[in-house]
Amino acid sequence: MATYSTSEFRGGLKLLLDGDPCTIIENEFVKPGKGQAFNRVRIRNLKTGRVLEKTFRSGETVEAADVIDRDLQYLYSDGEFWHFMDNESFEQYQADETAMGEAAKWIKDQDSCLVTLWNGAPIVVEAPNFVTLEITETDPGLKGDTSGGGGKPATLETGAVVRVPLFIQTGEKIKVDTRTGAYVSRVKDD
Amino acid sequence: MSAGSRTTDDLPPAVWRPGAEGDVLRARAAMLADIRDYFSAVGVLEVETPLACRAAGTDPAIDPLIARYTGPLYPQGVDLYLQTSPEFAMKRLLANGSGPIYQICKAFRDGEAGRLHNPEFSILEWYRPGYTVAGMMTEVAAVVRCALYRRGLEIETQSYAGLFAARFGIDVFAVDAESLRQVAVQHHLSGAEGLKLDRDGWLDLLMSHLIQPALGPGRLCFVTDYPASQAALARRNPDRLTAARFEVFLDGVELANGFDELTDAGEQAARFEAENRERRARGKRPVTVDRQLLAAMQTGLPSCCGVAVGLDRLLMLRQGLDDLDAAMSFSLRRC
Repeated sequence: MATYSTSEFRGGLKLLLDGDPCTIIENEFVKPGKGQAFNRVRIRNLKTGRVLEKTFRSGETVEAADVIDRDLQYLYSDGEFWHFMDNESFEQYQADETAMGEAAKWIKDQDSCLVTLWNGAPIVVEAPNFVTLEITETDPGLKGDTSGGGGKPATLETGAVVRVPLFIQTGEKIKVDTRTGAYVSRVKDD
Repeated sequence: MSAGSRTTDDLPPAVWRPGAEGDVLRARAAMLADIRDYFSAVGVLEVETPLACRAAGTDPAIDPLIARYTGPLYPQGVDLYLQTSPEFAMKRLLANGSGPIYQICKAFRDGEAGRLHNPEFSILEWYRPGYTVAGMMTEVAAVVRCALYRRGLEIETQSYAGLFAARFGIDVFAVDAESLRQVAVQHHLSGAEGLKLDRDGWLDLLMSHLIQPALGPGRLCFVTDYPASQAALARRNPDRLTAARFEVFLDGVELANGFDELTDAGEQAARFEAENRERRARGKRPVTVDRQLLAAMQTGLPSCCGVAVGLDRLLMLRQGLDDLDAAMSFSLRRC
């Protein structure tokens, strides 16, 4: 069992706390001039995404979590699982709905995603920051309106709905920021 | 197996530039000059004492760095402790009749690095024979005001027990470790349930996490009368419950620690022994006891008060910085 001592604590270190894999966001060394030293850390639980604070006695050891981040290519979804492949080892992985989270709304096959693996299984899937997707349905806008003010809802090929300017039409491709779900620009086919 | 056996290859890339900007270096020089002017004006003598000695403090919560000397006098080599404060040598000067003395030097502590810690740091330490704690606190305020260049800095005084009574409604002298653990849990101190600490460890946890951050907002806060179990090198007060020890905080940062110094050689020897026992119990190496200090105290250490001030932290606050790294030329991460 790999462990870390509090002296090894730093941002990004992966720990196993109460059975859940966590990553250290921030580590502060707290010590009275004459007294017990502590490490006060801010931690993100990688399964729930929740951020918490926790204090350790300096010198304690904590179990390491076998967590790695990999760039994986999205292959397909079978309705229950989303399947990914490591393009170097050709190893395949399946992520469930919890691990997919918001990413399921944005990705289509061939997209490359940052996948966090815990004990070899995906626990968090991040969509690329920007994706290009085709609009499958939106109300016809007024011709000549390029102001972009107001906007209208548009359904994308993945099923996600975003607000787009009025001049955007069904069948066009747009670039979306997956972190905010906001329309960025129209994309012309090469 | 430890997951983190780091080699130099894993270390962050070398950073050659200093953490302190030019204006901070100039402020440090000005601050040191201001402090020296103050002590010169009030007739306190500047001294220098060795930083590498065969003995050091035994405090189980403070670990010295160890250097190795080999050559004339010690052909087989000898371990020299880099001093965690210049206290023992300065007390030998006092016992030899030096009168009031101060020193500005480096101090070293193993295992301490962070936003407010660096293993090598600058310390101002001074001793006043014949002073009471009250008189010494008045002088600390004068020195800090002078060093911060804030003549109007206000002062408040709180007793250690008073702080705990006000914040948690508990009597620090009556509660046991388990009750302190419950206080930590009740105050949502995350991780407290799993900590294994002794009574003083719980007090340190509550003090450092829940009390200290709010101490001395924009004013200097003196905390007095620490529990006797945390006397360090201070005299016990006649009540036997507390020690004549005080600490100084500003904007939640611990700046200074002061004692009405223990002068009894017998009790000093007993504390050294007890602390080394505690070190062994914690799996730490005992520290060589300073027999020369004990001999000096047997001859007679005058009744005196002493204070140590962390100069890097003082400079940090003077310049409105929030990390020691920005107040030092090269902190450990740049060495």
